[in-house]
Amino acid sequence: MDFPIFHLDLIGNRMLIAFIGILHVMINHALAVGFIPVVTLLEYFGYRKQKYTPEEAGQWDELARKMMFVAFIVTTSIGALTGVGIWFSVALVNPDAIGSLIRVFYGAWFTEWVVFVLEVVFVMIYFLRWKKSNQSPQAKKRHIQFGAFLTVFSWLTVAIIVAILGFMMTPGNWLTNRSFLSGVANPLYIPQLYFRTPLAMMLGGAFALFLVLIFLKKGNIIREKAVSYLSLWLLIWTPVCAVGALLYRAMIPKAMLGNLPTAVATMAFLKWYDSLLEVIIGAAVLSFLVALWGFLKPKRLPRAALIVPLIALFLFLGSFERIREFLRKPFVIGDYMYANGLRVENYPAYKKDGILPHAVYVSTPHVTEENKIEAGKNVFMLACSRCHTLNGVNSVVTKFRNRTAPGDALNADAMKNYIPKMHKVWYYMPPFPGNAAELDALAAFILDADKHPRPLEGAQTEGTSISPAHTVGAVLNKRLKDSGS
Amino acid sequence: MNYFYTLFNLFSPVVSLSGTPVPRDIPLPLPLPEGVLVVLLVLSFLLHILFVNLMLGGSILTLWAEIRGRKQPEYDLLAREIADTTTVNKSLAVVLGVAPLLTINALYTVFFYSSNALTGTLWISIVPLVTAAFLLLYFHKFTWERYKEKKGFHISINAAAVAVLLLVPLIFLTNINLMLFPERWGEVKGFFSAMVMANVLPRYLHFLCASLAVTGLFLFGYMRRKGYGYEVLKRWYGLAFGASLAQLGLGPLNFFTLPWHAVNWTLVYVFLPGIGFAVTAMVLMWRELKGPKEKLGKLFYPIVIVLTLTVLFMGTARHVYRAAALAPHQENIKKSEIR
Repeated sequence: MDFPIFHLDLIGNRMLIAFIGILHVMINHALAVGFIPVVTLLEYFGYRKQKYTPEEAGQWDELARKMMFVAFIVTTSIGALTGVGIWFSVALVNPDAIGSLIRVFYGAWFTEWVVFVLEVVFVMIYFLRWKKSNQSPQAKKRHIQFGAFLTVFSWLTVAIIVAILGFMMTPGNWLTNRSFLSGVANPLYIPQLYFRTPLAMMLGGAFALFLVLIFLKKGNIIREKAVSYLSLWLLIWTPVCAVGALLYRAMIPKAMLGNLPTAVATMAFLKWYDSLLEVIIGAAVLSFLVALWGFLKPKRLPRAALIVPLIALFLFLGSFERIREFLRKPFVIGDYMYANGLRVENYPAYKKDGILPHAVYVSTPHVTEENKIEAGKNVFMLACSRCHTLNGVNSVVTKFRNRTAPGDALNADAMKNYIPKMHKVWYYMPPFPGNAAELDALAAFILDADKHPRPLEGAQTEGTSISPAHTVGAVLNKRLKDSGS
Repeated sequence: MNYFYTLFNLFSPVVSLSGTPVPRDIPLPLPLPEGVLVVLLVLSFLLHILFVNLMLGGSILTLWAEIRGRKQPEYDLLAREIADTTTVNKSLAVVLGVAPLLTINALYTVFFYSSNALTGTLWISIVPLVTAAFLLLYFHKFTWERYKEKKGFHISINAAAVAVLLLVPLIFLTNINLMLFPERWGEVKGFFSAMVMANVLPRYLHFLCASLAVTGLFLFGYMRRKGYGYEVLKRWYGLAFGASLAQLGLGPLNFFTLPWHAVNWTLVYVFLPGIGFAVTAMVLMWRELKGPKEKLGKLFYPIVIVLTLTVLFMGTARHVYRAAALAPHQENIKKSEIR
């Protein structure tokens, strides 16, 4: 309502955030939070073996250093930039949501930033001083202690961000008591952190296993041991993760299912929830079996199998993030703001006046017979475009095409009947916010777009219009009128 | 100043009643008092931009030294030494950027996000562009030995990174400049129409020169610790001095291309001591350059301190202008909210 609308009509706005976000969380979990402890442990093996098998010791140390090299390059480039990219993309796609979250969580994000600066400094010291640390056992010992310290720091960044993620799903007491602490103390915080930590550890182990495939050729004296130890690491964390998953799963319905409006929606949700759960369980079991094989018979484990746990766990993580994202819908901030960026408290006014009169960046402050299609486009941009495109991924035209017999034209009346009720069927959709005239315009726009396909550009390409109802002139006029009356 | 205001308003776009939007702010209180956020914003931004300067300046100087190194091998070693600092500075540049980003998000939500959206295509491209530049910098740094015999190729890796790193600040400046002028938002059609606004290019040149000056001074300090000799060290002073000299021309160009409706006396009062410190730093550098060989570096810390003061004043001036440009809009937002 108060920002020019950025829009990507091909891939959709959600995909932009999802792509950057998932890439970031994969790197963060598999190459930082769960990976640093593995690297530190491998370095420690090398240190311990110095006395008895010095020829092996050097190999362990070199393996750990090479692994850290990969983590160093990836985390300080793709990892760091996708982290910033999340900020950039969410601010473009849903400025109302991130603007609100920052007002509440500034302190948490600022603390996160301090921890993050230190983490980057420590990662650089840890990697760049590696070769120097090999000059004496004392230096090595300090270096390993530093790795342990870095492990704690990496985990802290997750511990902070999870508070915010949990908050978006269940604001807990924040809705009535708008304080920072009540946001952090939301009911999903501990379960999610408990679940995410071992999952990150498993991902770190799986990535290390994958790197063994690349760095250690067959016949290398430590290859089997490395496979076996890393498999053991995976085996140890799997039950911890399973307990976390169960705890989390038990908490979610309590927090979420109450919000679902109808029994049909609840059933639809549970069905979907279970199908994703199958992926999660399948992935965990698969990685567990490979790890078991690797632990018991490291020599027999085929090279190609080493990549299986990594792929399986990435699927696991991806599904988990999707469930999390889905669970908070139709809200972007539970019970406070819908996914379209409109606040729940404003819905009655929108329903009454329409959304267009309240919008600052629209070419049509009201629907008229002449501007109907244009007004419909504006309604679409305000109410639907955060999740839907016109012609691309999750296109509204296609959605309605799929509800129409092949060969038939779309039916405006059917759309007008359906749109006000759709949130009852699709529990993850916000209710349609506008009034009857806007509903009419929206249907006319979709109908027209189906008949005459055309591109739909966002403010980043075609600029923005300013509603005559929200200009400096309008504000002055209103004040003059108010003071006159 | 009123005289200037009237005179220059004739040339600057008149704030139109019908073309200036009055959006509503997010209806949640600021997380901290406004003054505290402003201090945090200015200081954290300066810290960020310091490392951005070192990253950009370092990669440009690496390029220069490696090209010269094809004929004079000692320059190749120098290039390598500079490249080592760049990959460290670039990591700090990114991570230190998060605090000012967060703070500007909180303080100027409606202004910043709106200009983000209007320049969105290039704005989001910053993410892949900088990632690519960083990977190129690493590729360059870790293949010095491997491409010993393919120098042209090795140099072009860094050249590609430099090209990207030169583009990114232009995107940032366009966005941060557009944010100040809501009265122009209705005219903007895509990034390039916002880029050609009066003040963007002078600001960009001002920034580039600052990068070279700061990096020159940094490399002097760094290489002195590493035990480099007089000739090398003197060159870095020379660079810092030359770049500062150019700033004496670019600074006023930047100032006079600012839309004048937001220029006020406070801005001038903050600028003047800033300029004074800058000139002092240059005098000190000149004395170093002209002084005896064995005394080189004696004034290094005074120069660093005086230039830090310069940067603090310039950064504050930057904020004073922003506050003045946005004040009438913030006032309108407040007025419209009392309905």
